[in-house]
Amino acid sequence: MTVTARETILARIRDAQALAPASAVDIPRDYRTGRTLPDADRLALLTDRLVDYKAEVHTCTADRTPEVIADVLRERAVCHLGIPPGLDRTWLSAYEGEVHVDSADTPVPELDALDGVLTSSAVTCAETGTIFLDASPDQGRRALTLVPDLHVCVVDLSTVTPGVPEAVTRLTPTHPTTLISGPSATSDIELERLEGVHGPRTLAVVIRTDM
Amino acid sequence: MSTPTYLGMPALPPRSPYGTGNLRGDRTFPRAAHDELRNGQLRRNLGKATHTIRAKRLAVTGELPDWEALRDAGSAIKTDTMNRLPELLEQLEAKVTEAGGTVHWARDGAEANDIVTRLVQQTGSDEVIKVKSMATQEIGLNEHLADQGIKAHETDLAELIVQLADDKPSHILVPAIHRNRDEIREIFRAGIPGVDPELDSVPAHLAAAARAYLREKFLTTPVAVSGANFGIAETGTLSVVESEGNGRMCLTLPDTLITVMGIEKVLPRYADLEVFLQLLPRSSTGERMNPYTSLWTGVTPGDGPQNFHLVLLDNGRTAALADRIGRQALNCIRCSACLNVCPVYERAGGHAYGSTYPGPIGAVVTPQLAGMDVSADDPNSSLPYASTLCGACYDACPVKIDIPSLLVELRHQHTEATGRTAEKLAMKAAAAVMGRPGVYRAAQKAAGLGRVVAGRDGKISHLPPPFNGWSDSRDTPAPPKRSFRAWLASAEGASALRAAAEEGARTRTEADGPDEEEQ
Repeated sequence: MTVTARETILARIRDAQALAPASAVDIPRDYRTGRTLPDADRLALLTDRLVDYKAEVHTCTADRTPEVIADVLRERAVCHLGIPPGLDRTWLSAYEGEVHVDSADTPVPELDALDGVLTSSAVTCAETGTIFLDASPDQGRRALTLVPDLHVCVVDLSTVTPGVPEAVTRLTPTHPTTLISGPSATSDIELERLEGVHGPRTLAVVIRTDM
Repeated sequence: MSTPTYLGMPALPPRSPYGTGNLRGDRTFPRAAHDELRNGQLRRNLGKATHTIRAKRLAVTGELPDWEALRDAGSAIKTDTMNRLPELLEQLEAKVTEAGGTVHWARDGAEANDIVTRLVQQTGSDEVIKVKSMATQEIGLNEHLADQGIKAHETDLAELIVQLADDKPSHILVPAIHRNRDEIREIFRAGIPGVDPELDSVPAHLAAAARAYLREKFLTTPVAVSGANFGIAETGTLSVVESEGNGRMCLTLPDTLITVMGIEKVLPRYADLEVFLQLLPRSSTGERMNPYTSLWTGVTPGDGPQNFHLVLLDNGRTAALADRIGRQALNCIRCSACLNVCPVYERAGGHAYGSTYPGPIGAVVTPQLAGMDVSADDPNSSLPYASTLCGACYDACPVKIDIPSLLVELRHQHTEATGRTAEKLAMKAAAAVMGRPGVYRAAQKAAGLGRVVAGRDGKISHLPPPFNGWSDSRDTPAPPKRSFRAWLASAEGASALRAAAEEGARTRTEADGPDEEEQ
């Protein structure tokens, strides 16, 4: 009977642990968890962090969502907008361009022809300015928010957590999850920071303060 | 699950096989550094890069009042992981399989290369797109694929520059930091098919040229190969942390994704991400969070690759685990903070280490994965000495790896392993001489002869073999005319001693007065 690589490696680890026995370790979790912050503070912190990472920030109440979105899209001359299948269509009531509803069957090169994409979001961490997308129907598959050059993302203030631990506990591990902190960037050429290499070069965030 | 049966004593696990992969340079660190130090551009660029990132790191780690608590937690989680490695790997395997992925195990780099090659061949593709990955660089995957007629396209901007120039990375995080913009323009003009011949050297234009070239690859290549920053045992979730979006492209667009992960990258719980997603970006690029992080669990219908393979790589990691002190190095999360604070790395650069893993962490990881006394004058045996032991790396490490102690331990192991070296003989001779006063006196007299070989400045700069290893990198002061013992025994010594004793007695009387001695 041949010994598999799996058996060999597991046996090697057990040998290693026999040769250098481990000492038990308690994991100290004294870092900050379960933090809360008032709405105004979370909004201010998140806005600061998003702007610092060169994202565009728009703040509004829920009733103004369609106008604000239409303004952002008009300013960027978006004529072909991609949306995930579960997006709230009332958000688009003031937008005049063409809407392409994405599905798993849409070939990826067609996404490359879109001017931009509009989605919702799952959770957002204020302290790091990080938006978490979890591929729910209002956020769509991962390719949708990756291939087009503009991503307009709606964030409801009630989904904004102060820190990273509070955001991680809200995630569903089985969902494919993407963390976005500002637009794509590189510092590979002489350490000069450039926005936009492969992902969307513009990230516009619409924060709804009463949702 | 059956319990493994031991037939006798536990065996020392093997290192990465000699002569494979990229874990050994072709010359020792001092020789390589000697040449690298002459490269003014490398030193300037590295100096700028390391200082800039260092300042950013200090600023963003200083923002968190619980930074030290996060380091303590990160360190303990990794130690706990190493203690429970077999069960965690089995759990990871079960969860990935449950979620529609396939798990492969590779004893060494060659086996991992064969597995990846076979998986690529099964797709019928002769091209793959790649996310920057240290594990695949360690095992020389690109070279192996090329031998098998498969072209691997690096998609990280810096890795693309390095690959097009047929060069090697000089920094974990910014691999092309040794190149300036004009060189990059020339590399792109020569290496990117159909690139605008008028391409200038403005960084934004260079990045745009790479974007256009790679976009076509992303949209058409059916297979991607990645590494992994973390693999969560509890859920089977894999993670890649990046900046440019090339990682998201590779992890999302192809039909088949093959991820090569070192076995030490496993983490017990999904919630542990709350620690490492804070430690890694702040330590690495000095950002509060890197632009993009992808988390995926097996296969998701209608979203991303429908074939997912995870290759778990040993390649010497179990050998490191068998070392009571050295195993700490497996806790590394590849942030590169230790490189940026190291005075030796800052000057010598990454190439001098000869391994995929440079800098302080490389100097402890490389010898443990690949061995350091495998051949005569093994270049890896010079790595534990590529340090001043200043300790800056330990202070910077987000998981608190005690790199200086590891370096000292490896030096000890090297000395033990190399047998009858000149240094060892000299130490033995010194022990014998110092144990016998008569012989010691005679030896001191003989040492006075050393003045003959000293220069006018009273320094000995060149010693004959076997002591040239010492004098190559330092000057030795010539022995004095007369030893201390000889001076003390002379009339001059005796009178100086008497005078000092009288002086001492006088001072004591003045200071203490006629007080009683304290009881």
